[in-house]
Amino acid sequence: MDAGQKYFRNYKLEQSLTQRRIVFAAVFVLFLMIVLIGRLFYLQVIEFERYQTKANQNRLKLVTEPPSRGLIYDRNGLVLADNRPIHSLTIVPERVDDMDAFRQELADVITITDEEWDDFNQRRKAYRRPYQSITLKSHLTDKAWAKLSVDLYKWEGVQVEAQLTRYYPYGEAFSHAIGYVGRINSKDLEKVDKQRYQGSLFLGKSGIERFYEEQLHGSPGFSKVEVSARGRIMSEVERQNPVPGKAIQLHLDARLQQYAYDLLGEYTGSVIAMDPKTGGILAFVSKPGFDSNLFVRGITVKEYSALRDSPALPLFNRALRGGYPPASTIKPFMALAGLENKFSSWTERYYASGSYQINPDGRRYRDWKKGGHGWINLEHSIIESVDTYYYQLAHKMGITPIHNFLSKFGYGQKNLLDLYGENGGLLPSNQWKRNRYGESWYPGDSVNVGIGQGFMVATPLQIATATTALANRGEWLAPRMAKTVNGELIEWPEDKVISKTIKLRRDADWQRMVNAMKKVITDAQGTARRLQGTSYTIAGKTGTGQVFSLQEDEEYEADKLAKKLHDHALFIGFAPSEKPDIAIFSIFENGGSSSKPADLSKKLFDAYILGKYPRKYNYLKVGSNE
Amino acid sequence: MNKGFYAQLRAFSNAKFWRDLHIDFFLVVSLLLVTGGGLIILYSASGQDTAMVERQAVRLSLGFAACLFLAQVPPKFLRRLSPLLYLGVFSLLVMVLFFGVGAKGAQRWLEIPGIGRFQPSELMKVVMPMAVAWYFSNRHLPPKFKHISVVLIMVVVPVLVIAKQPDLGTSLLVGVSGIFALFLAGLSWRYILGAALSAPIAGFLLWQVMHAYQKQRVLTFLNPESDPLGSGWNIIQSKTAIGSGGLEGKGFLSGTQAQLEFLPESHTDFIIAVLAEEFGMFGCLLLLAGYLLIIARGLYIAAFAEDNYARLLAGSLILTFFVYIFVNIGMVSGILPVVGVPLPLVSYGGTSIITIMSTFGILMSIHTHKRARK
Repeated sequence: MDAGQKYFRNYKLEQSLTQRRIVFAAVFVLFLMIVLIGRLFYLQVIEFERYQTKANQNRLKLVTEPPSRGLIYDRNGLVLADNRPIHSLTIVPERVDDMDAFRQELADVITITDEEWDDFNQRRKAYRRPYQSITLKSHLTDKAWAKLSVDLYKWEGVQVEAQLTRYYPYGEAFSHAIGYVGRINSKDLEKVDKQRYQGSLFLGKSGIERFYEEQLHGSPGFSKVEVSARGRIMSEVERQNPVPGKAIQLHLDARLQQYAYDLLGEYTGSVIAMDPKTGGILAFVSKPGFDSNLFVRGITVKEYSALRDSPALPLFNRALRGGYPPASTIKPFMALAGLENKFSSWTERYYASGSYQINPDGRRYRDWKKGGHGWINLEHSIIESVDTYYYQLAHKMGITPIHNFLSKFGYGQKNLLDLYGENGGLLPSNQWKRNRYGESWYPGDSVNVGIGQGFMVATPLQIATATTALANRGEWLAPRMAKTVNGELIEWPEDKVISKTIKLRRDADWQRMVNAMKKVITDAQGTARRLQGTSYTIAGKTGTGQVFSLQEDEEYEADKLAKKLHDHALFIGFAPSEKPDIAIFSIFENGGSSSKPADLSKKLFDAYILGKYPRKYNYLKVGSNE
Repeated sequence: MNKGFYAQLRAFSNAKFWRDLHIDFFLVVSLLLVTGGGLIILYSASGQDTAMVERQAVRLSLGFAACLFLAQVPPKFLRRLSPLLYLGVFSLLVMVLFFGVGAKGAQRWLEIPGIGRFQPSELMKVVMPMAVAWYFSNRHLPPKFKHISVVLIMVVVPVLVIAKQPDLGTSLLVGVSGIFALFLAGLSWRYILGAALSAPIAGFLLWQVMHAYQKQRVLTFLNPESDPLGSGWNIIQSKTAIGSGGLEGKGFLSGTQAQLEFLPESHTDFIIAVLAEEFGMFGCLLLLAGYLLIIARGLYIAAFAEDNYARLLAGSLILTFFVYIFVNIGMVSGILPVVGVPLPLVSYGGTSIITIMSTFGILMSIHTHKRARK
């Protein structure tokens, strides 16, 4: 058999061998075909719903449209905080293959700081939907925009987008009142409602922008779009429009604000003007200010440290947080405290020598007028601002009645309804001193408080609020910045004191005090007699606050002291005195003489009451073309 | 009436003039059905690019021309030419190693000045079974150990050369086409079983000596979904496309995965996913039925071929055709690792269509050149 096979081939056998193998292969082919069909059945029938969902997730994307921020207007409808289109470089990280390489290439076109990259990387990791673009650099300059546009085609997922951002047209006079918005950082992201801030770049960081963030922000819109794998939008399936933020109208008068800021001249200081009818703040000046737009654009470290380290403290909100001795502006209130507590009367006469002593051999508390004022009464103590009268009055009263009476006017408290960060000042008391220094209250402490010095510290806002209550003859109104939200009057929360009536034993004392303050201007001896000659009547009170304590028997000689040790110059006033339209507090830091704030107040009265603004402020008038 | 129609069709398909023209009516009609359907899918997969569809149609026509031309060449002539063709294509493959050009890190093509590029490994798919069939044509079957060894060397050496380019898909198909011829020649079941058992053991031993990074590469190759944004992306998207098609599909040109470009390589290797998404499982079954017709006819031709050479050649060619289909659909549907194998007759692409159509030319030649039975 073996031998035979070598020479004789059984072709029939070989054919059937191969045919059997072909049949086997055919069976195997059928088997594998069934495997494939089984696989298709598994994917297309059993797992159909899962893959259908997956395909829809692929193609449908929710795109967020941030709302436009509400505008901020002054009382006349002038836009103080506007929205303007800016160009930003945005990136869809999912579409960038190699971020490091992109970073290298981009560095050749425009400069992106490490800070901006860090911020970008943080936002990238934070809560967001896939394929949502993230801003790397906002506020591209026109030059950077042009340069980028040339190279943009090279990169997948990189775009220049136009967005509306905040713009503050009127500069540094408004910065402390309006505040500013800044880029949302990772810390902010933890606090805000992430749904509502989808796609938003900015939020209010200070001032009105911060306090009314809730109203100004609005709600984002969404659109469900069909996108391609490359993230290109093919069609819109569904949409919900964004709800724009609400407009805020302030009591602020832009012209008065700018004018007051300019009138401070080279001095640092603060001016607060209030409308006694409403408690609305007409001017809220803290000088110097800064350009709020810096914070929107993204302030550089260098710019920021320049502001922070400037000796004039431009970032410090003096109006809200500045603590000053109220000095002689406290005297009308102190006099009322004396009347109320029966330690003084309008008729009682007092011999004002050049100084006051608690004990015959004790410390001499000097009057500002060498040699004293002679025989005076309460009215004259206001007109001539007699220090010794108030030394003895405060000494007799002691601190507790003073504390109780002054606190009715808002001293030592936070009064403002709508800004964060207010400083409560300091209205000292027995208790306070024990807690603070572990010492009891000395009679000498009261003597100093009598002329608004010593431990007493008040903010411009507090003094203005108290002055407004005086102008209103006891109708106390909490100061407030905003008037309406989207045209509707603001309803203040009930847990805040919005208004109250300060009751005096004799109501007529209000008017008598106003009369005394009128004579501060009209009387030949009045400390503000330089303000005479207006067509309306002004009631006011001057003050000079010591920055630097004089030793006993030492005299204040301005020209010998460095400027920063000069006295602060203060003035409170309201006009017209019988039916006041406006109450003003102003302080020139180290201004020396109270003639400066008195003159400033008169100019502001003229402007506000008579409309006598210098022509150059016409650009802040609504409807002007300038 | 129906019966009459069938009888008429049978008579028409068996008519003598088809035989004289060396055309197998049944095969040509099945091929026309599948390629025609393929053009419709391509229209959608290419994003309605009529120029691309036209180019594919031109290639298909060239393929049919090559098919009809090869059908005229008697198998006897092919057999004599087989060893020469094998050596010729093998030398071209070696030349590719040294002078080849390519893209994406693979060196697969030879540049012929004035004519253009071509890929010798494609030719090997046809020439390999020819050579093995030739080797066995004047030897006794089933093959002896010595002959098996010779054939294994004939198969493995070009496979390694192609794998080196690297072109895993083609080297696999070339290897498979040779092994099929060996199998059909009657390779003893003992060897087959032995190989089937020793493969896992060899794999295990190899795994033990591999470096960690090499193991990682093998793992991602076997399970691409572990890397969803890299190599897993394709397979996740193709499975999503297939699965979301459901039974009836989303409709022609309405597949979101394909039309919105989520599906990669949608007009080449992954084209079946477009069909599955837009025409659903019914569409897939229709295509598979078309393929099954072609394979059934091919196996029939092989089984009743005239001599060993023709049987082995026809059988291994048609089985390799099936491997194409199985590997491609298996890969796109996620049951096989991703190797670049196009879907035959449907995927967009030049040389593979010409070689595949050539194999059907050889099949028709084998079927139509039989001497009349005694």
